[in-house]
Amino acid sequence: MLTFTDKGIYCEPGQFYIDPWKPVDYAIITHGHADHAKWGMKNYLCHHFTVPILQSRISPDISVQGIGYHETISRNGVKISLHPAGHIIGSAQIRLEYKGKVSVVSGDYKIQEDGLSTPFESVKCHEFVTESTFGLPIYRWQPVATQNEQLQQWVQHNQEQQKTSVFVGYSLGKAQRIMQALKDAGPLFVHYSIGKLNRAFEQIGVELPKYEIVDLREDVKHLDQGIVIVPPSLLESKVIKKIPYMAHAICSGWMQVRGARRWRSADAGFAISDHADWEGLIEAVKATGAEQVHVTHGQTAVFAKYLNEIGIAADVVPTEYGQEEEEESPEKKEAQS
Amino acid sequence: MRAFADLIFALDSTNKTTAKLDAIQQFLRDGEEKDKLWFLALFTGKRPKRPLTTTLLKLWAMEVTQIPEWLFLESYSAVGDLGETIALVLPPPTQTVERTLSEWMTDILLLKDQSESEKKAFVLQAWDTLPAQERFIFNKLLGGSFRIGVSSKTLINALARFYEMEESAVAHSIMGHWNREEVVFDLLVKGHYSDTELSKPYPFCLAYALEKELPDLGYRSDWQAEYKWDGIRGQFIKRDGEVFIWSRGEELVTEQFPEIAEALAEWNGNFVIDGEILAVREEQVLPFSELQKRLNRKVISKKMLSDVPVSVFLYDLLEYDGEDWRARPLSERRAQLEKLVAQNPETSLRLSEVIASRGWEDLPTIREDARSRNSEGLMLKHLASPYHSGRKKGDWWKWKVDPLTIDAVLIYAQKGSGRRSAYYTDYTFAVRRDDELVTIAKAYSGLTDKEIQEVSRFVNRNATEKFGPVRTVKPELVFEIAFEGIALSNRHKSGVALRFPRILRWRKDKTVADIDDIEEVKKLIPAST
Ligand SMILES: [Zn+2]
Ligand SMILES: [Zn+2]
Repeated sequence: MLTFTDKGIYCEPGQFYIDPWKPVDYAIITHGHADHAKWGMKNYLCHHFTVPILQSRISPDISVQGIGYHETISRNGVKISLHPAGHIIGSAQIRLEYKGKVSVVSGDYKIQEDGLSTPFESVKCHEFVTESTFGLPIYRWQPVATQNEQLQQWVQHNQEQQKTSVFVGYSLGKAQRIMQALKDAGPLFVHYSIGKLNRAFEQIGVELPKYEIVDLREDVKHLDQGIVIVPPSLLESKVIKKIPYMAHAICSGWMQVRGARRWRSADAGFAISDHADWEGLIEAVKATGAEQVHVTHGQTAVFAKYLNEIGIAADVVPTEYGQEEEEESPEKKEAQS
Repeated sequence: MRAFADLIFALDSTNKTTAKLDAIQQFLRDGEEKDKLWFLALFTGKRPKRPLTTTLLKLWAMEVTQIPEWLFLESYSAVGDLGETIALVLPPPTQTVERTLSEWMTDILLLKDQSESEKKAFVLQAWDTLPAQERFIFNKLLGGSFRIGVSSKTLINALARFYEMEESAVAHSIMGHWNREEVVFDLLVKGHYSDTELSKPYPFCLAYALEKELPDLGYRSDWQAEYKWDGIRGQFIKRDGEVFIWSRGEELVTEQFPEIAEALAEWNGNFVIDGEILAVREEQVLPFSELQKRLNRKVISKKMLSDVPVSVFLYDLLEYDGEDWRARPLSERRAQLEKLVAQNPETSLRLSEVIASRGWEDLPTIREDARSRNSEGLMLKHLASPYHSGRKKGDWWKWKVDPLTIDAVLIYAQKGSGRRSAYYTDYTFAVRRDDELVTIAKAYSGLTDKEIQEVSRFVNRNATEKFGPVRTVKPELVFEIAFEGIALSNRHKSGVALRFPRILRWRKDKTVADIDDIEEVKKLIPAST
């Protein structure tokens, strides 16, 4: 049912694309990250929660239809429904059914429940399209409760030393998770680029902890001993150095590896990710019962080879995904901040 | 092992010296006596012999995790450290047992006489009781070196602060030999056991690269100028008739240079001298590549002694007749060193020449000419300066000649280890020979983090292999490679070897058509080799 073209993942009978990277007539979008939700489509279809993100990221004037999870619509005889992917708020796996065959395009996903996005739901299918950002057995996440505790302890430790805690996390997804984890740990300040997205969430009824928006170009004295969340683009811009007596932590799956932690030369690195870890990926693939798996981005060669070895037919398909900050590296600058 | 693990974690997760010092002081306060001794032993390189091979560790980890070897190797190449890879791929522990560092070390020491199956049972059991972070430390304790996140300078600095002592005194106390079982930690640091230790070297005084204009240094007459040599910096100790030669890597190398040891034995007096071991033939200093032939050999043959004759250029006098001279001004130390040389028979030990020049004006020309002597440039030392421990800005400057450079193309890339294991950071470069490319150098440093990411992205897109750590890349990216010396060698396909190659800059303005030809490169080889 799916073909992989130079414009994106194409559903031939339905005549539409999923997460295309070149302008097309009709695009179904898995989630709001810039590498999956590109500009230039005549029509967009996505989850309700993703609508304001697309409008804020691409343009308020795009033609976009939002639907809920499990709601079914039809296009040229193909039944389309969205299912929670657990990656970020509004992220969806796209289920397609045509003549008794089912394909699922999962976009990016995570199995762990983060307390913000609707939990991942496994969908049975014949053909499954998966990512593999953290497709190596060295990536194994701690339970979310433990991750949150670690963040809280670190903040407390800083407060004991009268230090301000600065977190670096992707503005769409990670930042809100950090806020959630630290809602009772101290006053929360977020960089205005994160504030912009927060407002988009609030518009659609997502409840976020109380926070204040901060512009680091202005006076920063009031941040003292509080918690500040900034996007990764600020890490290299030295603006955060303006915050007096601070310690800064990076939250990203890459922080699992010592070499990456040390390279970033942050004061702390927490392996907190919005992607599935190694076992999560395998578990997710197995649960679909799919006969054919396509690996789109990340550790594609390794993951596909391993799946074949454990008896699941898998191949690597070239896509242009994987430019989202956490997917590429903990470094990559945010496209728009 | 909690306290020790916390220390390692703290040291490992910051680049800030103050944070590292805080962490060490915390450990000095909270750590148990035996753990502190182990800590000091491990961090000064006094680790016990490895009780089992890393191959076995790898096998057992693959067995526990049921990971195929290719996948384990992929993981290893993403992590860059075997102990860490194992710690990460293993399933979470099913039990917890709290044991101290010294308890673990006691068991690890016992391993060496045990059978393989006993060793295996111990290791698997340990893995199953330790969380990933501590498991990593445990694996490190079992194998490789244990220099994590802290230089010996920082360690000494932390101890000095904690005990309110001079850094040099601390360094003196803890360098050299001591036995964990025979000392008390506090007393050891305070120097209680160091008097009897004849061989103890002092920390070396190191120089910063010159960062100002010569006239800004003040009067020329306040400064001593010498050539900077590219050999093995050493300390030459004679106390109570015994001779010791230390290299800067805190290694005792007396046996590797028997002719120097003999020469020292012939000399009168008790002294500690700072100097440089160099290969010298007929008054000409030879390039480092010659001296290198003498290194890391178990036996120094007669042929080796005559093929690569060595001398010591004496720089400074640190101790004389049992008295520490380091606080005295350089002028006084040098005068005494000259006297000492004059009083003793002429041997392969000679004074490092003091360069005479009337003002600052002549020095740039002298520096330019340094390479013809196989010298790296000049050293400028303030005549009133004490002999500092380690690096201290202002009194000693090194003023190196500008490096030699070539343009070469990137042909292989390999993931880095440790700090940069997530990216391609180790590069092999090639120059042209007729229509083919021949490898000339490997280089690891010189690019910014951003450039490394950019190169990594290029490698990911343009590599022919998909698995394993090394990628062959399309020859497209051109870099200017700087180096300090060049010699004929068969280690590289090009037939030459570069000394201290590093990436000077990425030449985005150049293509593979612009890289250097090997015949041009060979013209840079000095005549004496
Ligand atoms: Zn994403
Ligand atoms: Zn993605």
